[in-house]
Amino acid sequence: MSHLRVDLRQRAEELVALYPRPRSAMLPLLHLAQEQDGYVSPEGIAEVAELTGTTTADVRGTAAFYDMFHLEPVGKYVVGVCTNIACLLSGGLELLEHASAILGCAVGSTSDDGLFSLEETECLADCNFAPCVQVNHRFVRTTTSESFDTLVGELRDGRRDHEIPTHGTLLRVRRTGGLHAPKAEIASQRQEAKAARDQRAEETK
Amino acid sequence: MTDVKSSVTISVNGRSLEAAPGELLIEAAERAGHYVPRFCYHPRMEPVGMCRMCLVEVEGPRGATLQPACYLKVQEGMTVVTDSEKVKKAQDGVLEFLLANHPLDCPVCDKGGECPLQDQTLAHGSGETRFIEEKRHFVKPVEIGELVLLDRERCIQCARCTRFSSEVSGDTEIAFSGRGDQMEVAPSPTEPFDSTFSGNTVQICPVGALTAKPYRFTARPWDLEQVESTCTTCAVGCRVAVQSSGNRLTRVLGVDSEPVNHGWLCDKGRFTLDSIDGNEESLDPLSASTRLREPLIRVNGELVPTTWGDALARAATILQEAAKSPNGVGAIGGAALTNEGAFAWERFVRGVLGSDHLDAQYGDGLDGALLQSLPKATIDEAANARVVVTLTGDLREELPVLFLRLRENFIKRGNALVEFAFASSGLHSLASVSMPVRPGEAHLVADALTRTNGHLLKGSAVTDAELNATRELLGESGEGVVFIVGRPNFAEDAGVIERAIRVLAEKFTSATFLPALRRANVMGALDMGLGPRLRPGQGYVNDNGRSTLEQIEALRSGEQKAVLLLGCLLGNVLDVDDASAALDAAGVVVVSGHGGKTLAYADVVLPAAVQHERHGTVTNIEGRVTAVTAKIVAPGSAWSDVAIASELAEECGQSLGLSSDVQCAKVIEETVGYPALSVLNDASDEGALIGRTTARVERRPLDPMAFPGIRSTNTAGLGEFSGAVDEESVVASSAPSSATLTEIAAGRDVEVPAFDAYSLVLNVSRRLYDHGVAVQGSPALANLVAKSTALLNHFDLDRLGLKTGDDVEISSPTVTLHLPVALSDETPRGTINVAFASLDDKGEDVASRTLVDPTSSITQVRLETE
Amino acid sequence: MATLEAPRIVTARTDYEDSYTQSRFLATGGYEGLRKALTMFPEAVALEVDEASLLGRGGAGFPAGRKWSMLRKAPVSYLVVNGDESEPATFKDHLLLERDPNGIVEGIIISAYALQVSQVFFFVRGEFALGLERVQQAVNDAYEYGALGSKIFGSNFSLDIVVHPGAGAYICGDETALLEALEGKRGFPRIKPPFFPAVNGLYNEPTVVNNVETMANIPWIVLNGGEAFAALGAGRSKGTRLFALAGRVRNPGVYEVEMVKNTFRDLIYDPALGGGLLDGRTIKAFIPGGVSAPWFGPDMLDTPLGQDEVGEKGSMLGSGSVIVFDDTTCVVRAAWRITKFFSRESCGQCTPCREGSGWLERVMYRMEHGGGRVEDLDLMLDLCDNIAPGGGWPPQQTTICPLGPSIPSSITGAISMFRNEFLQHVEKGGCPFD
Repeated sequence: MSHLRVDLRQRAEELVALYPRPRSAMLPLLHLAQEQDGYVSPEGIAEVAELTGTTTADVRGTAAFYDMFHLEPVGKYVVGVCTNIACLLSGGLELLEHASAILGCAVGSTSDDGLFSLEETECLADCNFAPCVQVNHRFVRTTTSESFDTLVGELRDGRRDHEIPTHGTLLRVRRTGGLHAPKAEIASQRQEAKAARDQRAEETK
Repeated sequence: MTDVKSSVTISVNGRSLEAAPGELLIEAAERAGHYVPRFCYHPRMEPVGMCRMCLVEVEGPRGATLQPACYLKVQEGMTVVTDSEKVKKAQDGVLEFLLANHPLDCPVCDKGGECPLQDQTLAHGSGETRFIEEKRHFVKPVEIGELVLLDRERCIQCARCTRFSSEVSGDTEIAFSGRGDQMEVAPSPTEPFDSTFSGNTVQICPVGALTAKPYRFTARPWDLEQVESTCTTCAVGCRVAVQSSGNRLTRVLGVDSEPVNHGWLCDKGRFTLDSIDGNEESLDPLSASTRLREPLIRVNGELVPTTWGDALARAATILQEAAKSPNGVGAIGGAALTNEGAFAWERFVRGVLGSDHLDAQYGDGLDGALLQSLPKATIDEAANARVVVTLTGDLREELPVLFLRLRENFIKRGNALVEFAFASSGLHSLASVSMPVRPGEAHLVADALTRTNGHLLKGSAVTDAELNATRELLGESGEGVVFIVGRPNFAEDAGVIERAIRVLAEKFTSATFLPALRRANVMGALDMGLGPRLRPGQGYVNDNGRSTLEQIEALRSGEQKAVLLLGCLLGNVLDVDDASAALDAAGVVVVSGHGGKTLAYADVVLPAAVQHERHGTVTNIEGRVTAVTAKIVAPGSAWSDVAIASELAEECGQSLGLSSDVQCAKVIEETVGYPALSVLNDASDEGALIGRTTARVERRPLDPMAFPGIRSTNTAGLGEFSGAVDEESVVASSAPSSATLTEIAAGRDVEVPAFDAYSLVLNVSRRLYDHGVAVQGSPALANLVAKSTALLNHFDLDRLGLKTGDDVEISSPTVTLHLPVALSDETPRGTINVAFASLDDKGEDVASRTLVDPTSSITQVRLETE
Repeated sequence: MATLEAPRIVTARTDYEDSYTQSRFLATGGYEGLRKALTMFPEAVALEVDEASLLGRGGAGFPAGRKWSMLRKAPVSYLVVNGDESEPATFKDHLLLERDPNGIVEGIIISAYALQVSQVFFFVRGEFALGLERVQQAVNDAYEYGALGSKIFGSNFSLDIVVHPGAGAYICGDETALLEALEGKRGFPRIKPPFFPAVNGLYNEPTVVNNVETMANIPWIVLNGGEAFAALGAGRSKGTRLFALAGRVRNPGVYEVEMVKNTFRDLIYDPALGGGLLDGRTIKAFIPGGVSAPWFGPDMLDTPLGQDEVGEKGSMLGSGSVIVFDDTTCVVRAAWRITKFFSRESCGQCTPCREGSGWLERVMYRMEHGGGRVEDLDLMLDLCDNIAPGGGWPPQQTTICPLGPSIPSSITGAISMFRNEFLQHVEKGGCPFD
């Protein structure tokens, strides 16, 4: 029995088919498992191991390398406040402190109501809107404590759900179809092109 | 085109030296006496360059830069400095960084005293720390498996254990998790670290991060004494360092033997040492964990202790009386003996008792004469062969280190594996071709491989495509092909595999064979003549000697009156009831180190020394004779088998001419040309290969960084035996030449009944941790015994409406058993696989092997859902 | 005053509200470069790029044409596009990914044609959810439009691009770590030798790894010729380049300016660009090329924005990020936060980086928060020397990848330029700016 829902399982298998080796689909598959469960669950790990031909120890170890994968459940909204250099110079540490107070959770933890998890992030590459804040990896561009409070209110009321999906959903645009060009076609084209090029090189000599 | 050079010249510290092209700088420098410190580098694994301890200065286009010697390959003209101030500062810096977060718990650390980090620190460390911050903390230690504990605070992130897990054993049961200075070694979130090879990660850990539960806190390194020996847990013959504290075995470590085990061991070989001493409190002679300390004789139905004189007299009487009637006596067992012990008993049985009925195998092996007639492959040759064909059980379960060596061939060298896939196998995922062969079919598949056209196998699950692909790989004559042949299924007449071997050997005349018999020194025992039609020195005489199964039959019928058991019988045979009945009717003399259910039928029990208590030689699957060395003294008044056989002969009024294990080795060498004594005299090398003249293999110098815990392995030989051989020996050994394939009787024709569509055909195979004799006596491994399951292909599960975990009733012509089923698509359709011996949920022994119908060449069973 | 006559090459359409849509892309010359390239021989396309002297825009600044020419000839090869922008205060690729994904995709297809690779993997930083969606949409649209897939625009060239999301690890910006991530593994940079991507790259096949901005330049180069590109800029630094300006300036943002013709002063103070410092404060120092780069004082403001020009002064143009400190900036706090970043992002392989970054971070934390000792300065300098011996630039390396030797830049820069500020922290038992 697949732990992934039928539709996700199908997408998982499509992802695996995009790569020359199944293991390459590891990160997209972990995103998918996280999309379903809100975090990378042991069951999700087992399924990714099966899909990639690896082991659960390997999948867990790989997932734990990457900050975006949560191996424990997190809140519906994961709020990231950057305190790296550009944001530090614009009050990132102070905003993080403020966020912790408003959300009611320490950095690295989840609020009691399970709505928010707070993270201190490294640079999110949006430094013209420093200090930079992301919610579920969407840039919200609230750089002051006042606008942050407004954001939190909107999130609590569900008024931002159209643009900020629940934690785990990274991409709402999916690839259309698998690989579009047959592998054999590409291989023979490249071979032909190489032969033609070699001939040109020969002629110029 | 390419200019292949045999060597390149490099300069190290101003001295020029020759190195092999492609050689790693760290190796080349060390050979020339410039030792480069290291932690993560391990000569048996791919370099990762993680610890950065081996930084040296290498001249390049931008001047001299610091480069790691562990993954830099030598190149012509390379200029290297390993001892400059800059190098020293960089290395000291790395060491200081490694120590920054390393706890100061050396006094309570198992590795203390043999710790590469500690040694480096003593040699190069500053003695004072500049690190005043809080050290990194983890919960310590964590039990990550049945045998291994992990202390993450001590870990220096060298990736030796994780590399072993992914690269060498291939099971990746542990991996790095997290990142940066929070990076830790972690097992699966759901599964324990119970790899067959987990102990190797402990052995190669350069700090005390991984420790072995059985050894933990049992000794300090400086209290340990060591000998080098050969592991006899299975027949691969891994070289080991056996260590004891006083007269107590404490630890077995793998020695880096080039032709055999590359330093690796399986956990069974590493951790069964606790079964040797046995449970000191156990006095029950019927328990496998009881160590026999004194002779026993049966008085009024009870086994009672007695003197050696008394016991020998009684044994002599029983055996000699029986020998008076034609074919009245025989011997069974002996695969656990040294070559010397086997030789002594062969002399005794053939020479003193005048019987040709003796067999070291228990009906679970192959015809010794057939194996001896085959052209042989070494383990190394198999591990480098262009094509390996397995015609045997799951090697990871039966001969684990052979599995490791073969795995390397397919992973690193990309050579091909063809599987006769009888049941699940650790190598399955690496196979180029995997032919699902059902019981009773192997010889037909072999036959089909010798043909080149036509539809090949009617009704078989093996497809023409698979056969054709296999034939393609084998080529016309099998050049570069190694067949690995063993017994994949104890519910199948040995004749099926023997016939298949014969067909393959006759057709593929350039191919070679590696026997995969699993019992400790079974190859040596057969070489010493402990088998029907065999004689010492691989001799062959076509007599009427009985096999074990034939002796049991003769004992039951009363034709054979008595039997000498060299080791316990009942734990090893398929048909326990039949064998019990046979023993019940006969005079039984048992020579054994441990108790067992067999002793319920014994009239006399003679206590013997076991592995690590005796000197001698053993012979592994490839025919390599190596030394085994006594590390401890056998308990009580147990004797070596040579001594017991000799004294029993004296009691029978004859002399074997054997006075000690070492002298026996000399007799073996002198009478049948088997290199027993020469191997003993050179205990430090890689032994001698029977039938080959190979140059002595010089072992690379011990690297305490790669193999911490092992003392110098260059132990002296046991010394030339200087005593005189007893010229008056009345019992001589004959030395006939060995048979060729054509000389051996063609073998029985095997009648395979038609498959019954409503039944499944039974496959009974061994598991590493089955409820066998060694594991029963080992508390360390006892919890690893797999729970009994019956494995089926998903087609059969679906057909029967079953799913994994369902309980079924399995009925064979002999018994009915209850077992849960589990999915295994490596089991061919129509086949059901069970373990030889295992435990149920309640820890009760499930003698699944009793399902086997001994009257048929295959056993068919029916399943009923409960 | 800044020289701003050069054409906008990679930001030509980014000002449009709908710049990321295919319709806007097509309306602004989209795929013209690709159509032209497909009429040329692949090696002729590569030659244009070589003649353009386009330096890689990822951070190392290696000439793209030369990188292409080093690709080992083999039946299977790959192009991997590095969109894992994570160097602190670098946000130029982020702009391109969100504002002109189609332009990048066009550049990729042209490059794949020139290189004749078998498949393209477009690695996009995972935290760029919107960027990923727009890139995926651009790829989907390209397939739909016939610019990707089988027989592109009726030519005999077929290609697939797979968009691959990262998952949050700075180190994957290193090209070999990125390949590991693409193979589904932990982002450990690979040892070199033997794993030079051009020889043993993705799946051990020859692989070119190019930055997003590098790709975005390709269509213009093909359309206008390498010579036209090389006519911009000076010295080895040709064309225009994106600079991400951040920190204590009025107008932080991404600016495309001609290389070498402009200086850091132009970038920071020109009203059309940075517009000067916030509140008219004075500049204390700036980092010219991402946090891995050695710091510059105000005396370096007139250094031209060119690779060699910055290199000669002992730092690097790196990722194109310029971070400005003013007189209210505590350099100890700044250097501590940068060190903390490296410590969090160290992959954990090499001892000096893994342990050294954590150790330095803890000492810097103490220094900023009141536990600093005078001897900590020498200690830190010595630890830095053990990570990157000699202290020169470019640094000597004790680690597999350049992350390790990037750690000391901020600490040694801060100590050498502002030693007194450290001593004030020690004396005060805390931060004098608090």
